[in-house]
Amino acid sequence: VKLALPKGRLWSDTAALLKRVGLELMEYEERSRSYRPKSTKFPDLFLKVFQEKDIPIQVAIGNYDLGICGLDWVEELLAKYPSGDLVKAGDLGYGKSDLYVVASGYAGVSSVEESNDRFDRVRIVSEYQNLAESFALRQRLRRFSILPIWGAAEVYPPESADLAIIAETSVSSFADYNLVPLARILTSKAFLIANRKSLAKADMSEFLSCLEPSEIEAEQEQPLPIMTGKEFEEAPQGEKIRLALPDGHQQRPTMEFLKRAGIGIQGYSDPLETRRPTIELDGVSIKVIRPQDMPLQVANENFDLAITGEDWLKDHLYRFPSSPVQEILALGFGKVTIVAVVSDDLPANDVGVLRDLVGGLLPTIRVASEYVNIADKYARDNHLERYKIIPTWGASEAFLPEDADLLIENTETGETLARHNLRIIDTLFESSACLIGNRNTLSDPLKKDRIEHIIKIAAETIKKSY
Amino acid sequence: MRDMLPDDMARFRRIEEVFRGCSLKRGYEEVRTPTLEYLHLFTATGTLTPSMLGRVYSFLDWDGWSGERVVLRPEGTIPAARLYLENFARGDITKLFYVENTFTFEETGRERRERWQCGAELIGSSLPPADVELMLLALEVLGKLGIGPVELKLSHAGLIKALLGELGLGAAEQTEIFDQILEGHLRALGEIKTEDVDLKRALALILDVTGSSPGFLENVRALLGKARPRLEPSLDNLTSIAQLLSAMGCPYQIDIASGRGFEYYTGIMFQFQLSTERVGGGGRYDDLIPLVGGPPIPASGFALYVDQLMSLVKIEERPYQRVLVRSQGNDVKGLKACFEAARFIREAGYLTELDLGRKGVSGYRWVLSVPTDGPFLLTDQATAKKSELTSAAEIVKIMEESK
Repeated sequence: VKLALPKGRLWSDTAALLKRVGLELMEYEERSRSYRPKSTKFPDLFLKVFQEKDIPIQVAIGNYDLGICGLDWVEELLAKYPSGDLVKAGDLGYGKSDLYVVASGYAGVSSVEESNDRFDRVRIVSEYQNLAESFALRQRLRRFSILPIWGAAEVYPPESADLAIIAETSVSSFADYNLVPLARILTSKAFLIANRKSLAKADMSEFLSCLEPSEIEAEQEQPLPIMTGKEFEEAPQGEKIRLALPDGHQQRPTMEFLKRAGIGIQGYSDPLETRRPTIELDGVSIKVIRPQDMPLQVANENFDLAITGEDWLKDHLYRFPSSPVQEILALGFGKVTIVAVVSDDLPANDVGVLRDLVGGLLPTIRVASEYVNIADKYARDNHLERYKIIPTWGASEAFLPEDADLLIENTETGETLARHNLRIIDTLFESSACLIGNRNTLSDPLKKDRIEHIIKIAAETIKKSY
Repeated sequence: MRDMLPDDMARFRRIEEVFRGCSLKRGYEEVRTPTLEYLHLFTATGTLTPSMLGRVYSFLDWDGWSGERVVLRPEGTIPAARLYLENFARGDITKLFYVENTFTFEETGRERRERWQCGAELIGSSLPPADVELMLLALEVLGKLGIGPVELKLSHAGLIKALLGELGLGAAEQTEIFDQILEGHLRALGEIKTEDVDLKRALALILDVTGSSPGFLENVRALLGKARPRLEPSLDNLTSIAQLLSAMGCPYQIDIASGRGFEYYTGIMFQFQLSTERVGGGGRYDDLIPLVGGPPIPASGFALYVDQLMSLVKIEERPYQRVLVRSQGNDVKGLKACFEAARFIREAGYLTELDLGRKGVSGYRWVLSVPTDGPFLLTDQATAKKSELTSAAEIVKIMEESK
């Protein structure tokens, strides 16, 4: 029996549950470097730790018989693929969070219908793009676009999105970003999920009963929390130059870069104080978002400039070749190498040998990557013929060897890869942080001078650094 | 997902040819809309149900960074309405037809995800004769294809909507039940509780009795009681259509339960049925063009379902007498003689093939051997008679004589 366990948000409650029912897990700890905990009570139980979002997919395709993850990610998968092999086996009762449709208080809309009337095209951002689409269709929005994001949805409205679909454990956090909930899509809790075919043939009663899931109850209609937005003032970011700064790994080097450039900034600290820091540059406003999301946002002119990685820019341009996004400056920090990686167990030292394994040792090559479009292009260019791309949301190295054959991943030193018994078989390209912009806004007469000023400061800072 | 083999294509083309011929003779003009449309064309009208839109093939185009999706055309009428708005003079009667495929996801895989339809749209008239003209066109096509006996079933979206209004339902609930009816769950209407005794009686009659003449509608009218004034316009419209069909000697059934199709229907809805198989359907959609962004222009149309018709239509045996031309030598001179003889015979109207290594000669009436030098040898496979001939003209002459 194979069980997929979540990292992140649900980790501690899940660990507590497994401890309580006496699974006696080793190495399922938050800081554990292993992705494969073991149960001393059930030595035949195979366990693997995934990002929560990956778990419904892994169970649906039958890589895992059972999984534990939030109902939100289960519904996200079912919204697009209702007829798959994913079964909800029980409510585990913890990890409650609500999925809200929110608008900015500044926008002055109090219902979804109003936003349908107000906006020519309703722009929706969400990590849950399938739920967002089915919501838009159900609400009969006349025209909408859905911008999938990796996170930080709360900072997008009103400038960069009209609606956001956000999971929130408490609505009080909405106040910080002046968000008004318009609808609740679902209430999520940790769920035990199972693969239909596994349930049909394998006897898993021992685990099913010991995990003690309670019955799944129909969701009760709950009233929406009443929140009113702040008074409609001027649009918060008006005619300013909108600059996106990264969170995550690239945040520290970006902070240092700004310091070297002599630009003061308040709130862009580690840990992050706010996703809307203030910068000491006239006519410039800042939002802190995920670097993965920046190229798409800049393409849509939601930002004029952004500091992201060349890897994410490439991934965007491979998907949208005519996108108006372009690299303005390589900033030189945050260097990584994008590599193709296999498990040490696989007898392939280069991609040519790997290709020859298709149809023999490997029926198809399963390519796991956070960089879906880079991975797809790599597989295409190398004529891997029968391959499928498995999108991942981090911790991709855990996929090899059981759940993927090839990994397209970034690495700084290669140490992490070596520690997980992985081998680099190809180097795709080097990537570092870069400043990106949009061809159309770069030539906008209203913004051109100020954008050029920022580029000049950045260029001088790079020169000073060497 | 399936292939269309030569036999399927022969059926397909037969249907297409009959449909094109009948439509062109009535002054309809052929158009074709692109397979790929923007999703917002279909969401903007608000007339495809969320469950229908949940089954379309939508995706991001290569320039889709805005997050707006494109879609494989899920149905034919909305694109036709867009095409009309963008390209035709407004106000005048416009008659269009098309043979197109549509795409919707079908989970079980038993039904087809790609379907073909012969569609016709009559734009600019709100009169009952326009609806009748469309029904007669469809029936003519089905008749010429030798498909029958086809039942014509009539329902009326206006009447159903008015009834739902009378039952005191909210707007959202009315839409929901109307959608259920269009998906074939008419009983949803019967389950609604109403205090109005007259309405209940009329509803029972409408649901349980299939009418076959305008008289049925008079009976319904008589039972309606105080709901009558609001249902009157739809009943009048349905009566006019029924009267006209009766006068034309065209049999029909008034079966409110038969209404199927799209939320954009506003008036008559008609279905063509062969025992239990639905082979086509259509209706009036007066609000659709305004919803696509145009002026209030009335229209109605229908589609014949090619996939269903393909299994019903009979195809004639191939009319050609096939000729196989064989070279006795493989040099350029001999092959040239083959190509030339084949061309000559083909131009005389025969299906003529070159033998490129074929095993047998079954299926060919004539086999012509072409030597490098000397006379042609023509074998009539039907009689086994062999003739030595010196020119292609002589060959054709013999063929003509033995037809």
